[in-house]
Amino acid sequence: MPASLPDANTLIARLADAIAPTLTPDTFIVGIHTGGAWVAERLHALLGCRQPLGVLDISFYRDDFSRIGLHPQVKPSSLPFELEGGTILLVDDVLHSGRTVRAAMNELFDYGRPASIRLAVLVDRGGRELPIRPDFVGLTVDIPEHQNVNLSRLDDGHLTLSIA
Amino acid sequence: MKIHIRNGRIIDPMNARDQIGDLYIAAGKIVGNGQAPADFHANRTLDASGLVVCPGLVDLSVRLREPGYEYRATLESEMLAAAAGGITSLACPPDTDPPLDEPGLVEMLKFRAKNLPGPRVYPIGALTQKLEGRALTEMAELTEAGCRAFTQADAPLTDTLVLLRAMEYAATFGFSLWLRPQDVALAREGVAHDGAVASRLGLAGIPALAETVALATILQLARETGARIHLARLSTREGIAMVRAAKAQGLAISCDVAATHVHLSENDLVGFDAHMHLVPPLRSLRDRDAIREALRDGSIDALCSDHTPVDEDAKQVPFGESEAGASGVELLLPLTLKWAREMGVPLLQALDLVTWKPAQVLGVPGGHLSVGACADICIFDEAAEWVVTPQALASQGDNTPFLGHPMQGRVRYTVIDGHIDFEAPR
Amino acid sequence: MNLQLTEDGRLRHLLTLDGLPRAIITQILDTAESFMDVGAREVKKVPLLRGKSIFNLFFEPSTRTRTTFEIAAKRLSADVVNLNIATSSQTKGEAILDTVDNLAAMHADMFIVRHAQSGAAHFIARHVAPHISVVNAGDGRHAHPTQGLLDMFTIRRYKGAFHNLTVAIVGDVLHSRVARSQIHALTTLGVPEVRVIGPKTLLPTGVEQMGVKVFHDMEAGLRGCDVVIMLRLQNERMKGALLPSAQEYFKFFGLTPEKLALAGPGAIVMHPGPMNRGVEIASEVADGPQSVILPQVTYGIAVRMAVMAMLAGGPSA
Repeated sequence: MPASLPDANTLIARLADAIAPTLTPDTFIVGIHTGGAWVAERLHALLGCRQPLGVLDISFYRDDFSRIGLHPQVKPSSLPFELEGGTILLVDDVLHSGRTVRAAMNELFDYGRPASIRLAVLVDRGGRELPIRPDFVGLTVDIPEHQNVNLSRLDDGHLTLSIA
Repeated sequence: MKIHIRNGRIIDPMNARDQIGDLYIAAGKIVGNGQAPADFHANRTLDASGLVVCPGLVDLSVRLREPGYEYRATLESEMLAAAAGGITSLACPPDTDPPLDEPGLVEMLKFRAKNLPGPRVYPIGALTQKLEGRALTEMAELTEAGCRAFTQADAPLTDTLVLLRAMEYAATFGFSLWLRPQDVALAREGVAHDGAVASRLGLAGIPALAETVALATILQLARETGARIHLARLSTREGIAMVRAAKAQGLAISCDVAATHVHLSENDLVGFDAHMHLVPPLRSLRDRDAIREALRDGSIDALCSDHTPVDEDAKQVPFGESEAGASGVELLLPLTLKWAREMGVPLLQALDLVTWKPAQVLGVPGGHLSVGACADICIFDEAAEWVVTPQALASQGDNTPFLGHPMQGRVRYTVIDGHIDFEAPR
Repeated sequence: MNLQLTEDGRLRHLLTLDGLPRAIITQILDTAESFMDVGAREVKKVPLLRGKSIFNLFFEPSTRTRTTFEIAAKRLSADVVNLNIATSSQTKGEAILDTVDNLAAMHADMFIVRHAQSGAAHFIARHVAPHISVVNAGDGRHAHPTQGLLDMFTIRRYKGAFHNLTVAIVGDVLHSRVARSQIHALTTLGVPEVRVIGPKTLLPTGVEQMGVKVFHDMEAGLRGCDVVIMLRLQNERMKGALLPSAQEYFKFFGLTPEKLALAGPGAIVMHPGPMNRGVEIASEVADGPQSVILPQVTYGIAVRMAVMAMLAGGPSA
């Protein structure tokens, strides 16, 4: 188990390099609130994407809603484009059980039927509970179940990964 | 049966007596106070050490629910409950079904009650036939049958001319009228005191004016006719002030309040507990404080339970649809003691309001412990603490606003006519 | 005991806005904001309450309110059952609890209750099993909390904040559960001046103690207002001992363009509906540029979604 994780910005750059060759001009980048949205914002800039950036808040789609209730600060999702028939690059910070990605895809389909969705994640920490795999990964690492991988943003906008 | 009550704190308001001593009872009478009569051999000795021995309580309003409402409560259950509350005489309002408007009904009730253990039952006759407020009842016949006074209870009397005639007729024979002052039109549809709380809760209000307007009419008619009037269940500060002023002018009137209204106010309606739905409505704190003060200064003559057992179904509905009333015979004593403690009123004065004074209003023997008086006695533990629960109440009516509340003061023995009609389980 | 909140301060039932903490009101409004765009999507639904059963329990008829709750519940993917229970003398009393028990046995998760008696929602809330939530959809003259909340949502959308507003509520406050809920919400959210305007016969005793200023002269009451809320005058109150006639009422307490001009220039006009045009409000005002009466209806759905979502999620109390 690594005591510390690599610098988030290095991983984002690596991720951008992996995505760049496959990125078509009509691809919409959509980040999952909140960490995924930060990563998506960086990728959007690094890749020089000309389509508007989308943000999903999946609070209304979580499958643990009846257990933990509604998050007190739900932000509206923002998809400022016509999703029907579009190509989507879905971005999240940490891929774990796969439930967040499932919820995000459910929500995307409620806005319309995209032509394709690909998934980019900063860290794939293992522990999948659903048949979901990323198309682009910044870092693959095995983290024990009882630990969490967190992406946080400092006041100056700097992103850092930590294990707790 | 000869009973020796030993070493109790004997409080006898009528004789202004409060001292430790013994009481001797034989053949239904008090035969000795302090000193045993010669050749007295008790069948039973009650150790009253640490207990208060006072005249049995006289309650001016106890609904026994017979005839007509036996599903709510029966004579057996409520007389037992009254005895458990230390009550040895009670007045029973005529709002039964059918109402007590015929001598036969009154005789039947008296006959039934006489054969049951428990307090002496004094029916109050209906003032008008079927309590409809139109035609007078045969008051003289009803009096011969055993009615002590006449009332509409909570039934309306809208026609002022009928009220005037009723007073004139009653005055002819010297009968007493018990009237609860409430203007029918001003109280229409109301379920709560018309004030800030009812406004907030959206409950239709009964203004204090409903009491004072009716009271003004009653007092004026009483002055004119000379009828003997007892005002039942006063609830407002202004109403009490009017009665105080009328008494000061020499008008021969008396009045009572319900023990619930000494402690509760409109504020207790928050939460819509139907047990707080009472008649008259619980009024403002200002009114409640005026009641507490008027009890102290003697402007109010008596405290009563206004015992009204209501079945749970009639309370398990939204506030406005619920039936008004509270069960209360077993709370009259503890609520009186609570008021006395909170106001710093001596027991001698407090117990006067539930013994000697109501006995005078009702015009019956009892209410004091003089040698030769009937042996109606309440022995209670002033310090005993208990919690009001359905299990703790003998009444069939569990409907009390005090459910779950702690009380202090509990009856140990109730002696009626020289018999121990109630003895608390040890 | 606070029936509405769990021990850890979350919403358990929504019965009244009286005493509801400001933070919860704000949270409901914020959550409603996030539901605003659901109605504009291709699929006007989110799966939040999938598998939950919501019963519209209407002891008093109201197609309008019932429909908005129904739409809100359906947008949250809940199963909705509508029950219109006539309140005949036979079915009152214990029948209410029997009805509630029966529906609970059908695994209801939430009751939306409308009843002609003040306190009816409290009464049901006190009775239901711990996993069932109760939303008061109007009880007698007491409260209509979701209407009050949607009005706050509307005000916030148009005015941005509450701390600098003067709000007037005009008309039959005495019989209005809507007015009571509005007053509690406005004072809780920090509106510095809430006014009520009406004849003495239509204002409740001691209404000042709810934190409002009383006006009997409408022109004086409207001067400088940012928000003017008109209340519905029920038909049966228009003639009798409360008011002599609808015409006289309109003359002195109806909102006309001339009277509205006395309020601030940017004042908005609200009405909980349904309106009596020509009785409490002139058509020129109801349909005019300052009227936000139709947006109120739209916002009502998002606000009711927010309330249901906050109640239905999480561990039961």
